[in-house]
Amino acid sequence: MIPAAFEYYRPKDMAGVLSLLEEHGDDARVMAGGHSLIPMMKLRMADVPHLIDLQDVGGMSEISVGADGIRIGAMVTQSDIIDHEALAAAAPILREAALQIADPQVRYMGTVGGNVANGDPGNDMPGLMQCLDATFTLVGADGSRDVPARDFYEAAYMTAREDDEVLTAVSLAAPTGGYAYEKQKRKIGDYATAAAAVQITREGDTCTSASIAMTNLSDTPIFSEAAGAALVGTALDDGALTAASAAMLGDIDPTEDNRGPVAFKRHVAGVILRRAIERAWSRA
Amino acid sequence: MPKKMHITLNVNGKEEEFLAEPRELLIYTLRERLNITGPHIGCETSHCGACTVTLNGKSVKSCTMFAAQAEGAEITTIEGIGGPDNLHPLQEAFKEHHGLQCGYCTPGMITRATKLLEEIPNPTEEEIRFGMAGNICRCTGYQNIVKSIQAAAAEMNAAQEAAE
Amino acid sequence: MKDEITREERVDNLKGMGCSRKRVEDARFTQGKGNYVDDLKLDGMLFGDFVRTPYAHARIVSINTEEALKVPGVLAVLTAADLEPLGLHWMPTLAGDKQMVLADGKVLFQGQEVAFVVAEDRFAAADGIELVEVEYEELPVIVDPFEALQSDVVLREDLVAEDGSIPDGAHGPRKHPNHIFTWEAGDKEPTEQVINEAEVVAEESMYYHRTHPCPLETCGCVASMDKVNGKLTLWGTFQAPHAIRTVVSLISGIEEHNIRVISPDIGGGFGNKVGAYPGYVCSVVASIVTGKPVKWIEDRMDNLMTTAFARDYHMTGKIAATKEGKITGLQCHVTADHGGFDACADPTKFPAGFMNICTGSYDIPTAFLEVDGVYTNKAPGGVSYRCSFRVTEAVYFIERMIEVLAIKLNMDAAELRRINFIRKEQFPYTAALGWEYDSGDYHTAWDKALKAVDYDGLRAEQAQRVEAFKAGKTRKLMGIGLSFFTEIVGAGPVKNCDILGLGMFDSCEIRIHPTGSAIARLGTISQGQGHATTFAQILASEIGLPADSITIEEGDTDTAPYGLGTYGSRSTPVAGAATAMAGRKIRAKAQMIAAYLLEVHDNDVEFDVDRFVVKGAPEQFKTMKEIAFAAYNQAIPGIEPGLEAVSYYDPPNMTYPFGAYVCVMDIDVDTGVPEIRRFYALDDCGTRINPMIIEGQVHGGLTEALAVALGQEIAYDDMGNCKTGTLMDFFLPTAWEVPNYETDFTVTPSPHHPIGAKGVGESPHVGGVPCFSNAVQDAFRPFGNTHTNMPHDHWRIWKTANDLGLHG
Repeated sequence: MIPAAFEYYRPKDMAGVLSLLEEHGDDARVMAGGHSLIPMMKLRMADVPHLIDLQDVGGMSEISVGADGIRIGAMVTQSDIIDHEALAAAAPILREAALQIADPQVRYMGTVGGNVANGDPGNDMPGLMQCLDATFTLVGADGSRDVPARDFYEAAYMTAREDDEVLTAVSLAAPTGGYAYEKQKRKIGDYATAAAAVQITREGDTCTSASIAMTNLSDTPIFSEAAGAALVGTALDDGALTAASAAMLGDIDPTEDNRGPVAFKRHVAGVILRRAIERAWSRA
Repeated sequence: MPKKMHITLNVNGKEEEFLAEPRELLIYTLRERLNITGPHIGCETSHCGACTVTLNGKSVKSCTMFAAQAEGAEITTIEGIGGPDNLHPLQEAFKEHHGLQCGYCTPGMITRATKLLEEIPNPTEEEIRFGMAGNICRCTGYQNIVKSIQAAAAEMNAAQEAAE
Repeated sequence: MKDEITREERVDNLKGMGCSRKRVEDARFTQGKGNYVDDLKLDGMLFGDFVRTPYAHARIVSINTEEALKVPGVLAVLTAADLEPLGLHWMPTLAGDKQMVLADGKVLFQGQEVAFVVAEDRFAAADGIELVEVEYEELPVIVDPFEALQSDVVLREDLVAEDGSIPDGAHGPRKHPNHIFTWEAGDKEPTEQVINEAEVVAEESMYYHRTHPCPLETCGCVASMDKVNGKLTLWGTFQAPHAIRTVVSLISGIEEHNIRVISPDIGGGFGNKVGAYPGYVCSVVASIVTGKPVKWIEDRMDNLMTTAFARDYHMTGKIAATKEGKITGLQCHVTADHGGFDACADPTKFPAGFMNICTGSYDIPTAFLEVDGVYTNKAPGGVSYRCSFRVTEAVYFIERMIEVLAIKLNMDAAELRRINFIRKEQFPYTAALGWEYDSGDYHTAWDKALKAVDYDGLRAEQAQRVEAFKAGKTRKLMGIGLSFFTEIVGAGPVKNCDILGLGMFDSCEIRIHPTGSAIARLGTISQGQGHATTFAQILASEIGLPADSITIEEGDTDTAPYGLGTYGSRSTPVAGAATAMAGRKIRAKAQMIAAYLLEVHDNDVEFDVDRFVVKGAPEQFKTMKEIAFAAYNQAIPGIEPGLEAVSYYDPPNMTYPFGAYVCVMDIDVDTGVPEIRRFYALDDCGTRINPMIIEGQVHGGLTEALAVALGQEIAYDDMGNCKTGTLMDFFLPTAWEVPNYETDFTVTPSPHHPIGAKGVGESPHVGGVPCFSNAVQDAFRPFGNTHTNMPHDHWRIWKTANDLGLHG
């Protein structure tokens, strides 16, 4: 498997990246770890005449955890997320999810930016970031803008990012309460058959807030506002769980693939969500 | 035709300098340009880990990286881990505990295991299985690979303690 | 003369049979110094690669190579038209059919080879492939063999006469243009009569899905035609290098002495590397045309989509029994999907391999088997993936039929097996479908296995679990998978086993060096089995020289004696026997030399571990090392100098390893996720040469069995598109998905094998697949499940639960 020939660039700063993007338009692609893009190029399913490697562009490899929230640079790898103790303390769902992505070698190369930016419905971070109500920072020729993760995904590989923009960071408020990232997959290295990200808060026996997003069950990640709403104000009794599950099932639209037919995926989505909620509740 | 790139790498302690097309994958640089044939090609889609090398301290699948990306990097392959006169405890342990059969996955497997034991010097069986899950073996069923890594860890920890 | 070490120490020093000798191969493999075919680099070497069809069935309207030839570095693009003048556009298959080397007018499966691009490097070849323009006219696609036998769409026009009649194939009459053969074993009418008159009959249809051996190293070769000397050297991933040499000679016309085939280190085979593939032929032609070495290496997609699938058997069975469970008859029909060409790798007279071992380990008096081979628009192959020829299919069939019968009889499946086992005293046992089982002690093995796992305790726990499930206290079911298998390996007797007319003997040639070390060469080739370690152990015990002083060499046809190669667990049964026999010839000559040196009659010395001793006077002896030296430095009357021997061994029978496996599995009914809690494997492979290696083989075979049973498949959509062409979708488990296994053994030597060994590499796969499958099926038995098809991936397990109404 040999990719088609391309020009390779490794600009030192974002200005350099942006001018290349401006020059080559959609013939150019930026690359972080390359673990989504390179296999596609090798299979000749992605045609990239101009490849812009972001690794020398500074300022995108930091994780900051502070009073004003959490900021994760786009070049932060899954393995950085797992190893960062302050981040794990502030937002433990990130570590729990990152550990369920691919395998050790891929986690060393795979970045948060790459995972959220390319719009692959199989990726785990997009749904996770929707659950956390994160914001993506996009930088383009006209400056930078912030787009909520919940508004970012339009269709498979189609996002709010313009061709001449680069996703540089993910920001979020430190979540509170209980959490769970639950994922069913066929083996290590597989995408999810179904995955659920859940953050939940409680006062006594009453749920005070719930945020739920699902992965690989539509052509985009699905933030299910209704599923979360179905839990708020309840004691998470069976009726509430059933209502949340029903609401979530109203929002997803899975397609058949080698992991199984639609009926199976919908059923598993319900089971996975229920388990995620129960685990999150137990930690809240 | 895209212009060739000037690339320098440090592979197993040796400086290498060459011109290569941007699309030259690191695994081909190692195997065909530098004749370092320990790392192998198994799946080409980053699932099997036969091509695993250590790059700037990370376990990396060299079939899913362009040589150009690795510019300036320090790379260690199985050839740099230990030789006839200085076998690494993992190389010893894989021999001792029948941790290999056809040998095709072995260089990637041992290379990854050296890094795993840096990450977790005294791993549980579960940690070994999870930490080695990026490397596929078709022959052994992994049981003796786990055993080999456990044995090497014990050996290395004992040596460490003795040194302290 | 008094020895300084004990006899026991002398035995240990040999590292002979029965000891867990560490592998001599491992030094180079652990240091990255293996020598696999893609490691080979020759001066001026070119790369070849294929243009492949995206369509499963299409006519080729035109092929335009003009643009491809303009790519810098592309030297040639071969098509069928280029090969036709050489008569190489088609090639014979191992199954008596023929196969296109490059598409000749049409294509029959997705990924079929259409053109071969030869370039200076692999980058240029890849670019050239993109620019070869092929115009296709799509034809209706058939991926279902039952549909193929009804369809008007003819897949192989070359096998239909001009008048529309259907000529016989290599295995007799064909009843439809898409039909390949009907093969029968046993007695049809008596079996039908037994079934019609039986007290109890259980029936089941099952599909053993298509899968692939998928060794970590793909197939490949380097062909180098030396035009000066007229000699062709072909390095490649060949499980049968000598047979490849003969085939290359027959189809190329190059005399066999001018062809040297070398199998270097092979990165796993599992059956994938038995056949002859278009890449080999095209590389040879390209080397002849260009005068340069040409390398061809499959990528993973090529490998999964085009070379050597396994299984794809649709099996229907009827099993008859008394009310008490004594089996009286068995009937089996198979519709075998062979893909676009019949390229199955089986001995010539066995187009369905040894499927007629499907009476299993049971004393079944009457049986009948019928197999229909069918063409479809799928890849050719039909190799024995970690098994002897079609034995996985046979064992899966009978081990499922036993379970189905147990359900019908409302009997415990372990007990049903026990009352039907062939009894120890019945061996050698002639089965209803013709095979003579050499030896076995099934009851002992079974009892040992059931006791080891506390079978009764497991059943009690399972019953409790069912109650808890019904009471809503758990959503996990527990399955107990049983299997008892008998393999048939070591093909085989030349009287009934050949491949392309080559008898399936094997060989060993030994040369003892003057200083008492040795080299032995064999006709087999290791792909990870550790031959260099174990064959030296056999010799060490036979000739009394330390295994560490014996080099084993295989895979170079210029130096090794002719043999049929390594597959079907035949190396130990056949080449292992040849090794022992050659060793005995050495020993016989050594005995004469020893007698001469000790100045006694030949009959007055006897072999003792590492020496010949004078009978009754063990202090008078000559070690084998001394004898070796004498063979080269003493003029001994009546004895030629030197100490060498060769043996070509034609086994009198197959060997029949067996085993008893138990798997305990917990199944999440809601997600379909299975969890293997325990796996116990008892193997009886006769005499054990190296317990460490046996255990390693068992672990590996079980893991491949786990994969096949729980998810590994080559699947197609209705258009003939392969849906499982990368390791994302083709299930190879990682360390995370695989359990630890408990291994155990009994020893029942083969009575006809010189050292009593039977072979083991494939047993765990053969026995493992039904064991994993039976565990899944058993979990659902209390809820009315009789049979569901593999692979038992999450959604299919979930579907079983769903169909049984377990999701409320």
